[in-house]
Amino acid sequence: MRQAIELNVNGEPHDALVDSRETLLDTLRYKLGHMGPKEGCGNGNCGACTVVLNGAVVNACLVFAVEAAGADVTTVEGVAAEGNLHPVQQAFIEHGALQCGFCTPGFIMSAKALLERNPNPSEPEIRLAISGNLCRCTGYDKIVRAIQAASQALSQTA
Amino acid sequence: MAEYSVIGTSLAKVDAPERVTGKATYGADLDLPGMLWAKLVRSPHAHARIKQIGTSRAKALPGVKAVITAHDLPPLPKGATAPLVGEVSIDMSAIREIVMASDKVRYHGQVVAAVAATDPFIAEEAAGLVDVDYEPLPVVEDVLQAMQPDAPLVHEDLHTLEEATQEKSGQPSNVSTHMVYTRGDVEAGFAAADAVVEKTYTTQMVHQGYLEPQACAARIEPNGKVTLWTSAQGHFTVRTQLVTLLGLPASQLKVVPMEIGGGFGGKALALFEPTAIVLAQKTSRPVKLVVSREEVLRATGPGAPAVITVKAGATQDGKITALTTTMRYDAGAFPGSPVARGLLVGLAPYKLDNMVAEGFDVLTNKPRVQAYRAPGGTPAAFAVEALMDALAAEIHVDPLAFRQKNAAEEGDTLPLGMPLNRIGLTQMLKQIETHPCWTTPLEGPHRGRGLALGYWIGGSFTSSAEVKINPDATASIFVGTVDLTGTRTTISQMVADELQLDPQDITITVGDTDSAPFADLSGGSRITYTMSAAAHQASQDVLTQLKERAAEKLKVSIAEVEYQAKRFWAKDDTRNEVNLAELARESVAWGSGPIIGKGSTTRMQPAHAYAAHVADVEVDPDTGKVTILRYTCFQDVGKAINPTQVEGQIQGGAVQGIGWALNEEYIFDNGELKNASLLDYRCPVALDLPMIETVLTEVPASEGPYGLRGVGEVPIVPPGAALANAIYRATGTRLYELPMNPERIFWATRGNGTNGSHGANGSGGE
Ligand code: FES
Ligand code: FES
Repeated sequence: MRQAIELNVNGEPHDALVDSRETLLDTLRYKLGHMGPKEGCGNGNCGACTVVLNGAVVNACLVFAVEAAGADVTTVEGVAAEGNLHPVQQAFIEHGALQCGFCTPGFIMSAKALLERNPNPSEPEIRLAISGNLCRCTGYDKIVRAIQAASQALSQTA
Repeated sequence: MAEYSVIGTSLAKVDAPERVTGKATYGADLDLPGMLWAKLVRSPHAHARIKQIGTSRAKALPGVKAVITAHDLPPLPKGATAPLVGEVSIDMSAIREIVMASDKVRYHGQVVAAVAATDPFIAEEAAGLVDVDYEPLPVVEDVLQAMQPDAPLVHEDLHTLEEATQEKSGQPSNVSTHMVYTRGDVEAGFAAADAVVEKTYTTQMVHQGYLEPQACAARIEPNGKVTLWTSAQGHFTVRTQLVTLLGLPASQLKVVPMEIGGGFGGKALALFEPTAIVLAQKTSRPVKLVVSREEVLRATGPGAPAVITVKAGATQDGKITALTTTMRYDAGAFPGSPVARGLLVGLAPYKLDNMVAEGFDVLTNKPRVQAYRAPGGTPAAFAVEALMDALAAEIHVDPLAFRQKNAAEEGDTLPLGMPLNRIGLTQMLKQIETHPCWTTPLEGPHRGRGLALGYWIGGSFTSSAEVKINPDATASIFVGTVDLTGTRTTISQMVADELQLDPQDITITVGDTDSAPFADLSGGSRITYTMSAAAHQASQDVLTQLKERAAEKLKVSIAEVEYQAKRFWAKDDTRNEVNLAELARESVAWGSGPIIGKGSTTRMQPAHAYAAHVADVEVDPDTGKVTILRYTCFQDVGKAINPTQVEGQIQGGAVQGIGWALNEEYIFDNGELKNASLLDYRCPVALDLPMIETVLTEVPASEGPYGLRGVGEVPIVPPGAALANAIYRATGTRLYELPMNPERIFWATRGNGTNGSHGANGSGGE
């Protein structure tokens, strides 16, 4: 079964003809060309597909495309405003918080959402907020430090 | 040593911007016009004869464009090999069976057929319509059972190779290779000991856990040439395998490397690429093959488990007098476990005058293991380092002092016979002595501190680089090595210093097999090490060419030309100068020709890497759960080209080792993996861990222009024993089996359960 849906991705309106079995992740990647969100597991266990859907942080692999009809979606491609990297992205680069980078789109989304609801998180709060995102390369140390640094950078500009 | 301005700084990863913005292109991100989706059909049995495969129902499904079985792969003589690295070769007839089984499946999830269809849903449905008729056979799952003479045979025609004599056993067996290395007189050594401890340790099958599932795509070009995109650890290695497997000349096969979402050894072999190519050939359309996470866990090839017995004796004053070990490594369904590496890694930290090291490569009905970071090293070091801790305790010698007393030094002979060149083990151990992680008292109940050592030989093999000077005096580097760990950045740093250019003025490209200079695969901690020599050579080649041209202009001999900061001048007349910009422009303007420097290295000496980890833990006496309070990694890195990246490698490796130690394991039932998801096969998450402290020792390696050592492998080696030894001090109980999860600790501390039941170690401490 196919269905036509409309959705906003990073502020741009789109429409797509989607299979009823198709996930939001599939639609973003293969219909709309947003390859930023990654599929590491396809069942909600790794966080590589993390996007913001109508203000909520979700695993795009757990949302059917048809459920996202009419929704506002932000992916990692929509985080840098007018070509300026977001402080979280900047901090990930400066603090070496990525190696292979496959997990990075998901971490950026989770970290940005954390700092929006809690601008000064403690280390345990950071660890909790990213505990749905797996990274196999870094051991998380530099990711936690990057989020701490982004929190500081944001509070200085605020 | 020379002064550097870019080497030794934590330059940000040159490829980081595209990764934080989601623009980096990994294997699955490739979307080709008219592309078909492939899906693999996998065996539901761990051991069965394939009686018949019916493809007609699948082929009849609308949207299905091809269904293939092993018969569609070109025939391959049994025993056909392809070179992997150096003299190491791969048995391609085994790879062919892993790509697609012909007459028998030997592990659950082995591929038996593949389909290509117009969308992934149709491909999946079609895969379910391939009818395979199996005759199930008895399954052998456990390594010790597989070694029994009456065990079901994984291969009816496999005979044990005795490594020393190169003779094969009369009877078929599941032991593919048996090896023994001896030195001195162990009987006399044990007789001279004041204490002897012998234990058996068990580790489970684990997965590398790379976050990106394998993905590749193939297209047949109008002239018949194959283009293959893949996220593998070495595209030249993949090409070499495909040449043998598919009978294609290398000139008809272009392999394009995609960004790779982690490999850790698990993406070295061409296990999926042949299928994508054959499907593309059959359908005349591009075909993409992306495996699911469940397939990754079930059947892509995990890290080897082992059962290891170690016996060691020491005198009252802490000198090891003799050591014997028997290491049995489970290779899965085809020969090739890393048992020889296990023997090497386990014993390499010690001076051993009297030693017997015996290894068995054993087959079971489990997926064929693949390399996993320091392959073979982690189980071996868990066993040896836990035993050394027990032996030191037996004679009441401090565990650090015990290591210091027996530490290997330059000139000592490694267990497999090679002499050690310059190493920094002694210096590194000295640093621990005064470090707060060791000197700060650990207070409170149920807490303990553990120490363990690790070793990795470091890879060598072939690496090449080209460095070009562009007409505007910037530089471009061209390599054929896949960047797994930040090597684009470290190579750029080296070239920047060699040519005295700003890193901003340098770009680096990982080229495909048609355009880049040959390189072996990325793995074994070899790229930064070997590339340091190749990049150095290529840069020196560039400088020589530039100096020749400068000499001509300055009207002096080339030996009189000096270079610094983009200026060339005559030694005795500093006003007689020409700048780089001028030479660069003229290289294309006046026909003197482009400046291209080349560098290549094939056979560098090993740059041995040693590490020591110190762990503080607290064990919940009610649940057996371990909390890591503090974790410190010491490592001799030779020279840290990029300290942040070096730390990142150490932290990531240590955490993989921690996962292996505390939590990760394959749970099988009659050969079927029961925890084939990332929820049930649980890798460590951020909440499970503290910050991971790193302390770098820099004792320059014997070879290479900067003295660096490969850093990536060794940090996964020590965590098992560092944590086991810490848990012992926290609970009074020694653990003999990984993972040391709450259940195992709960029962072990109560003198119950399967605490290394293989070896009848008894329970409790010594
Ligand atoms: S791909 Fe969605 S959570 Fe892993
Ligand atoms: S950087 Fe590779 S998984 Fe996180």
